[in-house]
Amino acid sequence: MGSYGTLLVLFVLAGGIALVMFTLTHFLGPKAPNPTKDMPFECGNITKRFDQRVSVKFYIVALLFILFDMETVYLYPWAVVYRDLGWMGFWSMVSFVSILVLGLVYVWKKGALDWE
Amino acid sequence: MDYSFLWNLVTIVIMFAILVGLAGPLTWAERRQSAMIQDRVGPNRAGIDLFGKRITVLGLMHPVADAIKMITKEDTMNIRVDRLLYNLAPIISLMPALVTFAVVPFGPDIHWGDAVLPLQVARLDAGALYVFAVSSLAVFGVTLAGYASASRLAMMGGLRASAQMISYEVTMGLSIMGLFLVYGTLEPYAMVLEQGELLGGWLPGWGIIRQPVAFILFLTAAIAENKRVPFDLAEGESEIVGYFVEYSGMKFGMFFMAEYIEVIVVAGLLTTYFFGGWQVPYLMDAGYAGLSTAGFVFPGGGVWEIGEVAATVLRVGAFLFKLLFFLWFQLMIRWTLPRFRYDQVMNLGWRKLLPLSLLNLVITAAVVLMIH
Repeated sequence: MGSYGTLLVLFVLAGGIALVMFTLTHFLGPKAPNPTKDMPFECGNITKRFDQRVSVKFYIVALLFILFDMETVYLYPWAVVYRDLGWMGFWSMVSFVSILVLGLVYVWKKGALDWE
Repeated sequence: MDYSFLWNLVTIVIMFAILVGLAGPLTWAERRQSAMIQDRVGPNRAGIDLFGKRITVLGLMHPVADAIKMITKEDTMNIRVDRLLYNLAPIISLMPALVTFAVVPFGPDIHWGDAVLPLQVARLDAGALYVFAVSSLAVFGVTLAGYASASRLAMMGGLRASAQMISYEVTMGLSIMGLFLVYGTLEPYAMVLEQGELLGGWLPGWGIIRQPVAFILFLTAAIAENKRVPFDLAEGESEIVGYFVEYSGMKFGMFFMAEYIEVIVVAGLLTTYFFGGWQVPYLMDAGYAGLSTAGFVFPGGGVWEIGEVAATVLRVGAFLFKLLFFLWFQLMIRWTLPRFRYDQVMNLGWRKLLPLSLLNLVITAAVVLMIH
């Protein structure tokens, strides 16, 4: 089987636990629906569907996340074999990280990180 | 016949027992501790009536009462929700929390005759990568819950929570990188073995000593990732409305439970990465400095052989002790620090922690090469 087989079993069991909880609450609770209860409701007001525009900040954060997280993933294999690479590996990493930092400085100066 | 698969099942059961068994008492500990800090009485009502007396055991029955209450509550669902995604969200939140702990070793390998029984569910070469892979799935649960609820408040909460989680994910990934350089591996069990070394002959080589900056970065990022105080501005307890506002019953309970299980996972990861995992300082295996069996070798020159069984028990005990310590530590942080504002959270993540983690990485890389 190996470790990944164990993981498969683990995922199935974890999913099972989540499903059991989910099903229990679905069947054990009372059911008394009424029109008011079925509306999205908060603090005495019926809340509207989310129809307004979303601040562009969230979009930028998501973009930045993808950029930086991708570069983090590139660094993982480098970290594993780092000791065999020696100073050559060090300087390649420094140049890679400098480009990363350059990107960070750019978005910083552009004001993409400002939250008012 | 190969019993290793059977043993794997046993370790899975042990792991679920730790996670689910600790999550309940953890909610109790949190409420009890907050009550003590705020000079209140705290939970003390729920109990079992026995011979005309109510047995409450300091309110320890409250988690049980909570679970029963949440399961038997009406499961309401407003008419506008996206039914599939709405129902999927709590499952997607809970599942990653349950499986992340799989690579954390909670004790040394047990040698039983010829068989080697690892006290770890899965030993993956890319163990640390697995942790990131599954723990980042929790973002989907949050985003889907916010989106599928068809409510402005839930949508705002979900957006804010997911933006915060992905912001700190980058720091989390980079802060650990220094540790990989120092340990030379991504596999948690090998990391723990590496931390058994003594630095300079007397200092336990734990991650906190080799990578103190990474510890602070990882701790901060992990708490932010878990959306706990001081980073809880996605839900804000009672003041702000969060992404799970449209959920009731156990579906809400599953988000709640996922949070507490993640607290345990964070404590387990902190222990494994930075505090020597199951290692007990100066407790060495047979063969070290002429030991015939496992025993203590003190830097002053004392030797105390305690045997394999006692060593294993002590080590599992040490892991549990460290785990409980970090649970307490996280609860303490929650009731000590005030909540940030949203722009402060984003500034801290992108402008302070991210550059700091890059700097830590470069310096660590240079130092590692100089030493080796």
